[in-house]
Amino acid sequence: MKRVYLDNAATTRLLPEVLEEMVPYMTELYGNPSSPHDFGQKAASGLSMARQQVADAINADPSEIIFMSGGSEADNTAIRGIAERYSKKGKHIITTAVEHHAVLHTCQLLERNGYEVTYLPVDEYGMVTVDQVREAMRPDTVLVTVMFANNEVGTIMPIAEIGALCHEKGVYFHTDAVQAVGHLPIDVKAMHIDMLSMSAHKFHGPKGVGALYVRRGIVLPPLIYGGAQERNRRAGTENVPGIVGMGKAIEMALDGLDEKAERMKALRDRLIRELPERIPEIKLNGHPTVRLPNNVNFSIKYIEGESILLMLDLNGIAASSGSACTSGSLDPSHVLLAMGLTHEIAHGSVRMTLSDETTEEDIEKVLEVLPMVAERLRKMSPLYHG
Amino acid sequence: MYSEKVLDHFQNPRNMGEIEGYNGMGMVGNAKCGDIMQMFIRVNDEGIIEDVGFKTFGCGAAVATSSMATEMIKGKSVDEALKLSNAAVVEALEGLPPVKIHCSVLAEEAVKAAVDDYRKRKAGEAGEAQPEEKKPEEENV
Ligand SMILES: Cc1ncc(COP(=O)(O)O)c(C=O)c1O
Repeated sequence: MKRVYLDNAATTRLLPEVLEEMVPYMTELYGNPSSPHDFGQKAASGLSMARQQVADAINADPSEIIFMSGGSEADNTAIRGIAERYSKKGKHIITTAVEHHAVLHTCQLLERNGYEVTYLPVDEYGMVTVDQVREAMRPDTVLVTVMFANNEVGTIMPIAEIGALCHEKGVYFHTDAVQAVGHLPIDVKAMHIDMLSMSAHKFHGPKGVGALYVRRGIVLPPLIYGGAQERNRRAGTENVPGIVGMGKAIEMALDGLDEKAERMKALRDRLIRELPERIPEIKLNGHPTVRLPNNVNFSIKYIEGESILLMLDLNGIAASSGSACTSGSLDPSHVLLAMGLTHEIAHGSVRMTLSDETTEEDIEKVLEVLPMVAERLRKMSPLYHG
Repeated sequence: MYSEKVLDHFQNPRNMGEIEGYNGMGMVGNAKCGDIMQMFIRVNDEGIIEDVGFKTFGCGAAVATSSMATEMIKGKSVDEALKLSNAAVVEALEGLPPVKIHCSVLAEEAVKAAVDDYRKRKAGEAGEAQPEEKKPEEENV
């Protein structure tokens, strides 16, 4: 059975070209980039090449890129760093109710340490507006952190507008762009972004490596103390092969970004259009158009997400869900609940996230299998009387 | 994460659906938590569960535990059915992930609720009043 992978928001396939770049940094160029000898310096040039590639991808300067272990560390570093460094200015942070837990749980930690956090509510599409951010601003607001695009429902936030507002008010602006990098064009200067988190494994790079962009002029204390790596901003011997892979992956993602996005959008929209024709009583989650080119998220009434995933998987389709059963907690996705979905509808969500490698055939398989899965599970459901 | 037994019961659920002429019905769990199990039993005059059926809204483990529970009580007396423990269901399924144990508890409760309902109906029949046929939709979901 040919398996169809539609969980690219969770992680992506490492591209062979990326792996090829990485391998020499494990086998031959294995020096420590802090060492002055040739082995070390070869590794160091791998790092600078990658730093340039990552910086170019978002219109930043290489000195503004700090490599680290991934998106979670980048979010933690940005938020805890600003809070620690600028607490004299104030102790108020603005974020949204639909952030990734790497942001939400970090904000909750700060709340326990005397910070006040405003969690902006979202509309039915998972969107916040720049006016909401403006109204929430106070003289003691030090940081606004709003995700670029939502990982569950794909809704794209008005980042450039929020950036301009923060810039005007002199408030630091961080965005978790983990799901956006490699799918949407990003220009940190034009968008007035002060800090931006990214993670290589979301754009066909390796796992366990990411970066935080920090605008020149902002001094962040490190999260990890130790050696002087990353100009004293992140201690620890660098994950050289990973970082080299990240550089290559981002370069490849940006190459033909618009065409790839258009192609994915066409496939995405086919699912968005045709699934409701084949499955009665299903609801699209997220914004109908202002969404990531690779994100499809539906709630299928009367049935539960994990059983949908399981049956899809048994039929060779890998997807994901915001159901509680997939997270090990009792509540379904905080994102879907924040958008006003009832628990029952939120439990029945299924997310399919495409990649550049997704084919028309893959989409056809979903169009064939998902209606069958919905019908089988509905037959079993005590809530369904159709 | 799931044993083959669990996957088998999920893919080929036994005794799925409402049965004809049931005289006991229990519904447990709620949509808020993501699991609802409904169990139908038909008990004969000797107190033996002749037929049983289930309907479940929930995860793979919820479907598998309800399916397994129906198999384990079919042909048993109601007293024996009441002795069905969630641990026995888990064992019969060759284990469940720790976060899914509550599904087996729900299955045990669904059986008890169905037997309870059967006994209430029977007690009602013994008295004057004929109980109304219960509609599953009206149970608190
Ligand atoms: C929006 C968002 N932020 C942060 C993360 C965490 O990234 P990482 O797994 O690299 O720590 C993810 C990944 O799931 C994400 O989707």
